[in-house]
Amino acid sequence: MSGAPLSRACAAVLRRDLVLAWRRRGDLAMPVLYALIVATLFPFALGPEDALLQRIAGGVVLVTVLLAMLLALDGMFRSDLEDGSLEQLVLSPQPLAPLLGMKILAHWLATALPLIVVAPLLAGMLHLPAAVLPALLLALLLATPLLSLLGAVLVALTAGTRRSGMLLALMLLPLCVPVVIFAAGAVAAAQQGLPWSAPVAWLGAGLALALVLAPLACAVALRIALDA
Amino acid sequence: MANWIPLWVHKLGSPPIFYRFAGAVRPWALALAALLGAVALYGGLVLAPQDRYQHDAYRIIFIHVPCAWMSLFIYGAMAVASFVALVWRVKLAEVVAMESAPIGAAFTFVTLVTGSLWGKPMWGTWWTWDARLTSELVLLFLYLGVIGLYHAFEDRRQGARAAAFLALIGIVNVPIVHFSVNWWNTLHQGSTVRILGPSKISGDMLWPLLTMMVATKCYYLASLCGRVRADLLELEGGKDWVRRIAEAEERA
Repeated sequence: MSGAPLSRACAAVLRRDLVLAWRRRGDLAMPVLYALIVATLFPFALGPEDALLQRIAGGVVLVTVLLAMLLALDGMFRSDLEDGSLEQLVLSPQPLAPLLGMKILAHWLATALPLIVVAPLLAGMLHLPAAVLPALLLALLLATPLLSLLGAVLVALTAGTRRSGMLLALMLLPLCVPVVIFAAGAVAAAQQGLPWSAPVAWLGAGLALALVLAPLACAVALRIALDA
Repeated sequence: MANWIPLWVHKLGSPPIFYRFAGAVRPWALALAALLGAVALYGGLVLAPQDRYQHDAYRIIFIHVPCAWMSLFIYGAMAVASFVALVWRVKLAEVVAMESAPIGAAFTFVTLVTGSLWGKPMWGTWWTWDARLTSELVLLFLYLGVIGLYHAFEDRRQGARAAAFLALIGIVNVPIVHFSVNWWNTLHQGSTVRILGPSKISGDMLWPLLTMMVATKCYYLASLCGRVRADLLELEGGKDWVRRIAEAEERA
């Protein structure tokens, strides 16, 4: 085995995952379509009054993006597990954690970024005031990678099981409570014209912590789940 | 001199020895739990004075508060056992952690039910999105996640290790959830019973509460012993010591 430097291995993993995601462009559109459909259902269920929709718009967009991400999370390691390349990754001479970090980054770029791009559209459909949009986008930019990192640990834990969709939702819910509270807190504060930097700072702190710890935890979880 | 303590702990880690030990402990723990529980209920429901504002409705705390303590205590015990199981790969620790989870989930559920029974006359609602209620609900979901993950694996030991890791993630998560929901919304009263400093509760209400706390601990011990014994028999089904027990049962 040649001792390829870590940065080159990371770049290779990132490029491979992005190319694979690009080859299956149809799958990329699914979470976005799902988010659009869920956001469209809310006015049907609650009635089309502007005032009501305006009040709930921020929270609805956040929860919709969260659900769409949860739907996509399940597939993070699925194809790699099926064709055996995940085991190769575990066996590779490079440390596992940074390589998994790259896989999580690729997954975030492929699923969460399109959702953030359509978030203003969803917010507009629900009459969120334009002034709140920066707070919403910033909260999403910090909250979605946090969810990807937390979700990756849980997906790695369920890698050895066959059906994990509902189980993943049950496991992720307790972890995403603080994320949702702070993200929604930022949006609600912005909507009331209050300063909203404190909850965003908490989200940033959580993201910094997760960036360091989650890939390590993900590596441990994957070793447990694959160790048959 | 004190060498027998680590030796005893090491021996206890072996399934057949723990099986016999748990069998000896279980009836005593169960009897103590029943006795103390009866004393505490009599003290709480009959002897303790009425509350000035809540009248008799407050008496549910003699069930509610010990169960809430136990819901956290068992999560802590489960996390410690999980840590031992992951670091030293002790089979018994895996079993203890996984058999603690359903008991803890039951205590959490009882806490939520008694709390909402009390909330209806006192707060005028079965459920409110208060910080402590929400944390307790999240705790229940954590327990259910651990139980669900354990049963999702075909290999039980692998499932136990994965669920043990999830329990450790959960123990990091519990304070974060508690802090964030506190910041979000709070209505529940603060703690009245304190370890450091004087408690803000009258003595004739305090002693049934503490007695009930010991009773729930004994019940947990008894229930855990029974569950672990059954699980060990199943897990070690092919081993000699299990076969000998089965043969002795057949002869009897």
